[in-house]
Amino acid sequence: MASLTDLTIAQLGTALAKKEVSAVEVAGAHLAKLDQHRGLNAFITETPEKGHTMAAASDARRAKGEAGLLEGIPLAIKDLFCTEGVQTTAGSHILEGFVPQYESTVTANLWKSGAVMVGKTNLDEFAMGSSNMTSHFGGVENPWKRRGDNRKLVPGGSSGGSAAAVAAYMVPGSTGTDTGGSIRQPASFCGIVGLKPTYGRCSRWGVVAFASSLDQPGPFARTVEDSALLLQAMAGHDPKDSTSAPRAVPDFAAAARNPDIRGMKVGIPTEYRVDGTSPEIVALWSTGMEMLKAAGAQTVEVSLPHTKYALPAYYIVAPAECSSNLARYDGVRFGLRVPGKDLAEMYQNTRGAGFGKEVRRRILIGTYVLSAGYYDAYYKKAQQIRSLIARDFSQAFEKCDVLLTPTAPTAAFAAGEKMDDPVTMYLNDMFTIPASMAGLPGISVPAGLDKDGLPLGLQLIGRAFDEETMLRAAAALEQAAAFTMRPAGY
Amino acid sequence: MALDKDTVARIARLARVNVPDEELAPLAGELSGIFAWIEQLNEVDTRNVEPLSSVSDVTLPLRADKVTDGGIAAKVLANAPGGAVYIDMSDKNAGGFFTVPKVVE
Repeated sequence: MASLTDLTIAQLGTALAKKEVSAVEVAGAHLAKLDQHRGLNAFITETPEKGHTMAAASDARRAKGEAGLLEGIPLAIKDLFCTEGVQTTAGSHILEGFVPQYESTVTANLWKSGAVMVGKTNLDEFAMGSSNMTSHFGGVENPWKRRGDNRKLVPGGSSGGSAAAVAAYMVPGSTGTDTGGSIRQPASFCGIVGLKPTYGRCSRWGVVAFASSLDQPGPFARTVEDSALLLQAMAGHDPKDSTSAPRAVPDFAAAARNPDIRGMKVGIPTEYRVDGTSPEIVALWSTGMEMLKAAGAQTVEVSLPHTKYALPAYYIVAPAECSSNLARYDGVRFGLRVPGKDLAEMYQNTRGAGFGKEVRRRILIGTYVLSAGYYDAYYKKAQQIRSLIARDFSQAFEKCDVLLTPTAPTAAFAAGEKMDDPVTMYLNDMFTIPASMAGLPGISVPAGLDKDGLPLGLQLIGRAFDEETMLRAAAALEQAAAFTMRPAGY
Repeated sequence: MALDKDTVARIARLARVNVPDEELAPLAGELSGIFAWIEQLNEVDTRNVEPLSSVSDVTLPLRADKVTDGGIAAKVLANAPGGAVYIDMSDKNAGGFFTVPKVVE
């Protein structure tokens, strides 16, 4: 048998069900990888003891014949999900040392289905970033490197640690959250599958809030089927999140196992052909279209006229919501507290010392656009543009079943590149943000390597609450692309 | 729109975030760049367009006004920065006080 850490979630599930291995052995093998690749800085907190305890409990359940969907599967959790009794930092100094007394709904769902936690992964501070460089706990290194070039590359962000951990075979799956591309872009940079569900599919309860109208938890895995299995366990209505959709959870895994896309209409949005996209990515996008056509789908050109406005509108909406959400970090009830001569100065000192530069920048943008006299010019305008973006997608979906686009305009870049100008960094999310603004599901599937040997992903966007069609198309793309490459040394 | 140092200082005060003096000017430059880039939204005619307040077309649900949780006072108080003060030390879930450093001046 192959090494345990090489197996997918589906393969591990089979091996565990046949009792060829125990959950304790599976957890042990993955925890050894955490040890081996600690230099990547993918984890903020490792939880080996909890991992062993949960794995032993899993074996006991299986012995009693009570195996869940993810029974005995080791997972890494983005350190934005509150985990009972385990430090949850959101990648920020201001929350360092915070130990929640409750469990987020999504992680509770995963544990209920038998999964085992091995650690909490690194992320951009409060999930704000596209490189994982804004984490208070240091950047994460992408396990991939350019051929013949030893410079460290970023894993993307904000869920960079979760993506790197899966790409480095430390875990077969992990959780992320996606506000403007924080699952899909790192998946593309790390050569794995990343799925952002429809807004409302997974509960946000217990997830540290960034921009509440956009945030959505989702999975990372190495195959489309595995991402579907994880989503199946994570999703579902939660009365504790009023925006959680009261819908039954479909059989996502069955959809992912059915790559029959004959007759499916795949929309190609004209406006995604933008200057500045790497020619290799444009070529890969065309290859992706050919692959889906060869599998029996039809491609149709569609128009999403407001695409170019999604990114600047997002940089009003997301900072505005972040400035409200992060008002709670005031040094009074939890987290960091830096004294001052009076209460106002204590607030200012605490927040000045506790937040990093990118978070501070976004709080200031948000405060400004929401300040007296500016609301209509900025926030209302952005929400109107959001209506137009959502309408563009509805009209496109009258002509097609799913959209195919690149995930990111470039492959992974080196730490330090693109760091001078915030707008350049924001452009990383140009292909992922429009679907976020409309609340639609998206998935990044690894589709090839660039000339430097770095992975590139393609994105499929589905109709709201139609992850199944998206997963079928993703499975077809995965089959045709046959991406089996792995980073050297992992 | 270009933001000057004073405007940045004013927003920083509104947001209760301390920004050292020497960082005000560079920050004003960065924020001005971001707002100049955002200006392109003015090209879009949004007259008669309803702002999108929620992407989910779900009506916010109501639930019965009854207690659905409880008996977890010890957990609620566990992270109190000033420490937890219990009414009855022999039964921590009987209730208590979440204490914080003094905030009333």
